[in-house]
Amino acid sequence: MNAIDNKWIGKRTIRPDGADKVTGRAGYSADHSMPGMIWGRVLRSPHPHAVIRGIDTSKAEALPGVKAVVTAKDIVNFPLDKSVMLGIQDMRWMCRNVMAREKTLFHGHPVAAVAAISEEVAEAACKLIEVDYEVLPHVIEIEDAIKPDAPILHDFVRHEGKPSNIATTMVNKLGDVDAGFAQADLIIERSFTTRPVHQGYIEPHACTVSYAADGRVTIWSSSQGQFMVRAMTSLLTGIPQSNIRAIPAEIGGGFGAKTIIYLEPVAVMLAKKSGRPVKMVMSRDEVFRATGPTSGSMSTVKIGVKKDGSIVAAQGTFYLQAGGLPGSPLRGPVGCSFSPYNIENVLSVGYDVVSNRSKVAAYRAPGAPLGAYATECVLDEIAEALGMDKLELRLKNTAKPGGKTVYGATLGAITFKETVEAIKNHPHYTAPLDKNPSKGVVRGRGVASGFWFNAGGESSAQLNITEDGNVNVTTGHPDVGGSRASIANVTAELLGIDHSRISVLIGDTSSIGFSNLTGGSRVTFASAMVVTQSAEKVIGQLKERAAKIWKIDPEAVIWDNGEARPAGPNAGQFPPLTLKDLAAKANEMGGPIGAGVQLNTTGADPGFATHCVDVEVDVDLGIVRVLRYTAAQDVGRALHPDYVEGQIQGGVVQGIGWALSEEYLYNAKGQLDNASFLDYRMPVCSDVPMIEPIMLEIPNPKHPQGVRGVGEAPIVPPLAAIANAIHDALGKRFYSLPMSPPKVLAVIDG
Amino acid sequence: MTDIRYLAPPTLDEAVRAFAAAQGAARILAGGTDLLVQMRNGMARPGTIIDIKKIPEMTSISEAADGSFWVGAAVSGAVLAEHPRFGTVWPGVLEAINLIGSTQVQGRASAGGNLCHGSPAADSVPAMVAAGAVLTIAGPNGRRTLPVEAFPAGPGRTNLAAGEILVGFTLPARPAGSGDAYLRMIPRTEMDIAVVGVGVSLTMAGGVVTAARVGLGAAAPTVLLVADAAKALVGSKLDDAAINAAAAACSAACKPIDDKRGTIVYRTKVAAVLLKRAAAIAADRAQGRA
Ligand SMILES: Cc1cc2nc3c(=O)[nH]c(=O)nc-3n(C[C@H](O)[C@H](O)[C@H](O)COP(=O)(O)OP(=O)(O)OC[C@H]3O[C@@H](n4cnc5c(N)ncnc54)[C@H](O)[C@@H]3O)c2cc1C
Repeated sequence: MNAIDNKWIGKRTIRPDGADKVTGRAGYSADHSMPGMIWGRVLRSPHPHAVIRGIDTSKAEALPGVKAVVTAKDIVNFPLDKSVMLGIQDMRWMCRNVMAREKTLFHGHPVAAVAAISEEVAEAACKLIEVDYEVLPHVIEIEDAIKPDAPILHDFVRHEGKPSNIATTMVNKLGDVDAGFAQADLIIERSFTTRPVHQGYIEPHACTVSYAADGRVTIWSSSQGQFMVRAMTSLLTGIPQSNIRAIPAEIGGGFGAKTIIYLEPVAVMLAKKSGRPVKMVMSRDEVFRATGPTSGSMSTVKIGVKKDGSIVAAQGTFYLQAGGLPGSPLRGPVGCSFSPYNIENVLSVGYDVVSNRSKVAAYRAPGAPLGAYATECVLDEIAEALGMDKLELRLKNTAKPGGKTVYGATLGAITFKETVEAIKNHPHYTAPLDKNPSKGVVRGRGVASGFWFNAGGESSAQLNITEDGNVNVTTGHPDVGGSRASIANVTAELLGIDHSRISVLIGDTSSIGFSNLTGGSRVTFASAMVVTQSAEKVIGQLKERAAKIWKIDPEAVIWDNGEARPAGPNAGQFPPLTLKDLAAKANEMGGPIGAGVQLNTTGADPGFATHCVDVEVDVDLGIVRVLRYTAAQDVGRALHPDYVEGQIQGGVVQGIGWALSEEYLYNAKGQLDNASFLDYRMPVCSDVPMIEPIMLEIPNPKHPQGVRGVGEAPIVPPLAAIANAIHDALGKRFYSLPMSPPKVLAVIDG
Repeated sequence: MTDIRYLAPPTLDEAVRAFAAAQGAARILAGGTDLLVQMRNGMARPGTIIDIKKIPEMTSISEAADGSFWVGAAVSGAVLAEHPRFGTVWPGVLEAINLIGSTQVQGRASAGGNLCHGSPAADSVPAMVAAGAVLTIAGPNGRRTLPVEAFPAGPGRTNLAAGEILVGFTLPARPAGSGDAYLRMIPRTEMDIAVVGVGVSLTMAGGVVTAARVGLGAAAPTVLLVADAAKALVGSKLDDAAINAAAAACSAACKPIDDKRGTIVYRTKVAAVLLKRAAAIAADRAQGRA
């Protein structure tokens, strides 16, 4: 299956969804409409922190054209004292995030919603809703939120027995760090800050919902999991899952933030109350203000080494911004920061800090980049202090197969070393760099590595042979990054037929078995596994049919190059039977041909990446430009190389934005000041060079095609790689992101 | 958006009449790249839109016998870039206008719209100020002219009187040995808004500056003409002392704010850096070196 002579796996075939996307035909979230449909709009809190004493919706309801108004009263209340989990999401927080209940916790927090005959009327009605707020002092930044006299967001949150904004503490431990540091010849400890950054998907959140007279609900929306949409909507509205059908639209980017919902339960309740289909579309402003960025952070990392560079102990303390409700991705920095390395003594502690910002949502390798930022910058300083090559330091300390990680797992095959060596041997790393090409311009080179857990989990597939002998494959995963293209390649390879004879589809919640989210770098891994098993079952059926036709033993039939053949001369002399032949005889030989598999997949070993970057700094303006970027990663097997490269390049570009320009800016009133793509500075095309991916194909032995998740690892190293390159250029270190021009100039001017 | 009347008068007179008749409820539409954005986000709700792109005078470019240029207020950046002569005479003004937005935006955006929108960060304005452009304005009381630097009145505000329309720009005849340049600082490489912008226009003879004008953008409530910077340059050979004095004058002229787009400290420093760089390019162009 991993042979070089594969016909389809590893080939750059045309993606199944390509033509629709480039011709504007693809149906995204906001593209669905229904007869009689009305429009929903959300009223959002003008205050970052306020008690809601009362809401009077009567004037809004009286406005001609208004069909329904909902508030938190219409959403299921999950009491604060009992956690109800759906995956990693606590419904206590989700119900309060989709509609503020006791309090508004950030500027832009939904307070009520209106459905009316037009968006304008709905908007006008929102302005007629009277909310009686008791405005409270607010707190935005971590350092302020953890002060003893900080305004407390939630009375029920206690830390060390006292009211606090620290909602959770996560401690991971290995060995004894004190004993470890005692053996060290050199210890470096540094503190770092990063800002919350948004996933920045182009498609705003949107949905259309129908609530039929018999109480059955249909939801059209894009997400990273139609089953998540169904389950969460069911929990928040009280409608049983069997009465909800969630139809996945094409998705214009999610990067983690579409693993939760914002609009769907509100639209369902508006549709239920009004008896009309309801459509809701967020504006870009709403997306920035009220949908999840990832956490900002404040962290301290301390690493101790022997003179020869071997790491004897490492300690990390990570404070993460959760937003108004608990739930920051502590597991990312706590679990990933030290895991590329073989360290006997590790203490890694994370704190989940609430403050008056929108609730964070997952973002690509949630939390891992900000942990790696701290660790990989400290390693750079250690290499410098020891006079050691930066990659040698990493090679000296690579994690070992069978080694234990701080988060508890025992590592299987480790391919970290290979990523470091790939960079070390790449012409980029060895190319001379002109460090001062002209007056006022300096250049530098940096490296950094990264780790992500990867994931398996539930997936379902159904593979059907059409009556004319072609193939339909359905999985339950929204295709965010080209997974349909990979599945088409796998199916064509296994069945030995031309790629063009296969259609790959994404089923809705009523047409395919449960499938977990598209996220955590799991979908190609997991869906290729269930599709492979489905294809094997179908091939079994095809062989049985051929055996029946030939009246020989099914064991004596092989499936080769798209046709059934007798296994050898002893099996008999029969002309081969193609897929078309067998499909034509399907009914007389036992009925339709097809099979499905539903599995909780396992065997997704972690992903490793090592990056190298050259930057150029304009020392008079403080502008940093990325000149060259090379990213090495173990991808297991690139089923479709275009989309593996795309994942690596996309992750790196998002990392560049995080490192250099993206940040949430709040004003003194606690309001987000840059809720637009103009002022929330994501890189544009011309800001980044061609990112060169090095795809190391070291097959994952636990996967039929050798796949390893690839989506998250590439966003982990860039923050540190770029910081280290800037240090190489300027001889100065930065401990705070983004390294935006005013900050860079301030450090240069010293 | 509720009902909006759309008018596209073929002559300036008709436009002026329709604009006056609407009594403040109308907005002029050139490329619409500012106006439509404002209408979308609810900042503008005009009852009437008067499209000026059908008026020949406002969409034409012409070079007079004396070497001066007329650029109609509604000429798009893309059309101006295609003019065979304009960019060779006024490369700095052209590069400033062509910096606006992207290829798509260039097909629509005009220098007139850029100026009338009233943003202190508008890219073409410092270059027009440096060029010494003179505006022609038409209104119910007839026509008048105004130096471009007298036009802005504050963020989002201009000195157009009620009912007045900007007709176009006259750029003066160019003596031999002249060159101009515009530079802006943006954190990204494009699709961004100037944190500071500097336009410089120089005339030189025998290596000595005989005339200079400097326009400074995004560093004060309005785009500024920095006379002190020009004074420091005139009579010099652009030696370090003169350049540093001009740069210091640019910094001194800054009255910036701390905002999401830049800090006071940063803007003040950057104004000086951009003056030096823009002056160097303008000098190269003036002396036929670029
Ligand atoms: C994606 C994007 C990127 C942009 N990038 C930049 C940039 O890099 N730099 C920059 O400076 N700007 C930028 N802008 C803003 C805008 O494109 C420019 O200001 C442009 O020059 C406006 O010209 P217009 O012809 O489109 O003006 P319009 O939108 O048609 O008009 C602008 C304003 O001026 C008024 N007006 C127009 N013409 C006249 C007239 N003749 N008389 C009286 N009033 C008039 C209009 O009523 C309106 O209020 C960008 C805009 C967008 C959407």
